[in-house]
Amino acid sequence: MNRSILLAGFGGQGVLFAGKFIAYIGMLSGNEVSWLPSYGPEMRGGTANCGVTISKTPIGSPIVLSPDILVAMNLPSYDKFEPAAVSGAKIFVDSSLISRSPERSDVETFCLPAARLAESSGLKGLGNIVMVGKVIAETGLCDLDAATEALKKTIPPRKTDMLEKNLKALKVGMES
Amino acid sequence: MEKSLMKGNEAIAEAAILAGCRHFFGYPITPQNELAAYMSRRMPQVEGTFLQAESEIAAINMVIGAAAAGKRAMTSSSSPGVALKSEGLSYLAGCDLPAVIVNVQRGGPGLGTIQPSQADYFMAVKGGGHGDFYKVVLAPSNIQEMVDCTYTAFDIADRYRVTVMILADGILGQMMEPVSLTKPEQKPLPAKDWAVTGKAGRNRNIVNSLYLSPEILEQQNIIRFKKYDEIKKNETRAELYKTDDAEICVVAYGAAARISKNAVDAAREKGIRAGLIRPITLWPFPNKEIFDLADKVKAFTVVEMSMGQMIQDVELAVKFKKPVNLCSRTGGMVPAPEQILESIERSI
Repeated sequence: MNRSILLAGFGGQGVLFAGKFIAYIGMLSGNEVSWLPSYGPEMRGGTANCGVTISKTPIGSPIVLSPDILVAMNLPSYDKFEPAAVSGAKIFVDSSLISRSPERSDVETFCLPAARLAESSGLKGLGNIVMVGKVIAETGLCDLDAATEALKKTIPPRKTDMLEKNLKALKVGMES
Repeated sequence: MEKSLMKGNEAIAEAAILAGCRHFFGYPITPQNELAAYMSRRMPQVEGTFLQAESEIAAINMVIGAAAAGKRAMTSSSSPGVALKSEGLSYLAGCDLPAVIVNVQRGGPGLGTIQPSQADYFMAVKGGGHGDFYKVVLAPSNIQEMVDCTYTAFDIADRYRVTVMILADGILGQMMEPVSLTKPEQKPLPAKDWAVTGKAGRNRNIVNSLYLSPEILEQQNIIRFKKYDEIKKNETRAELYKTDDAEICVVAYGAAARISKNAVDAAREKGIRAGLIRPITLWPFPNKEIFDLADKVKAFTVVEMSMGQMIQDVELAVKFKKPVNLCSRTGGMVPAPEQILESIERSI
């Protein structure tokens, strides 16, 4: 399994956390993984993104320039990174925040109102994990058990009360 | 030990604590802030000292104080902040004090950019303070090595009474990879019987870098350089990757080296016998390892995230036996494997 994944959105949407979750999924399935956030000045109030690489072999550059999985959580990120995705990429768009339709026809685009789905399930702010659930369902990244284990590693022990909510959000995404 | 994902900055901080460092002094600067932030959280838990100093210069002078008292002490910063510490680094050397300093490099000169860079090679290896002295400079290339280099740094510092610098960059500081914090078995280290710990029951110790008599200072420097010879003999480290049959040898360290490995593999897929030599110690530099390859390869390609600084040391090591080419990005830009591959192809 070699994947180049880019997750992008506004600061505060949990894009970096979602990326770490995916990195743990890769790590626990015995792969090399890297996670690299953008840390430029655009983080302050603007867009945040991180690149996750999952690879059978040691990872050289952790910079994801041409993702084969793109998660776009706001319009500026979608506009910026849709052209960068490889042909045949799977692109996941939070349609509760992005209203435009895809410009590319050589990629597979999945539109999911993740933020709204999270909110209507009593999980406000967990649109990021709903999105990861959808990614898992559409890419076969792992099964629910493996995702649950990865989530347990991602959430710090002092915040275990968050685990149940995140698991719920994950299932919302996987089943939507 | 179970692996977990850690940022490079945090991995160094935790490894320092596991290595017994209980005194950290710092001043904020991107892209190393997570290191100090981690220390501010963890040091109180282990009854250590975290202190945000009023400046980088104050922080390095606090390190001098803690090191003089025989404690494992550390500071971290990024390029312009490390430049400010130069005076303190020279005094540490003049006092023969063990200390660890981390530079998570960003693009320069001046305030530059917060993006990753390797443009502080000269400052780390050649300069960074006045007078006759060197620092040991370790260049990790992944997050596990950030941990391992931190353990090594404190041990080398204590064994030889020298300053050890961990030279990382924004990529290594910011990225996460799986790490194990397992500590290697601690080899015995010399007692710190020189430390200023209160003179009850013994003659007083003096930690000082002032020698007004040139005859004495000359002797001090000669003795210090004998120590450097020992370090060169015992501590020079390099990784050789696919160099056995290589016709082109890439030389790169840190983040540039890990990217170069991809390019070496890609070149091999195209039928070019490429290899990589990766200095893990930038001082002492692996001159012999590079010189030994000079008879075997057609050319060297030095990959650096600077306008070309380490290339001077590679040229010295190669002694003009073979061409040495440069593949460079600067100002916070990072080379892509494809750019390095092109450079390898041009060197043939």
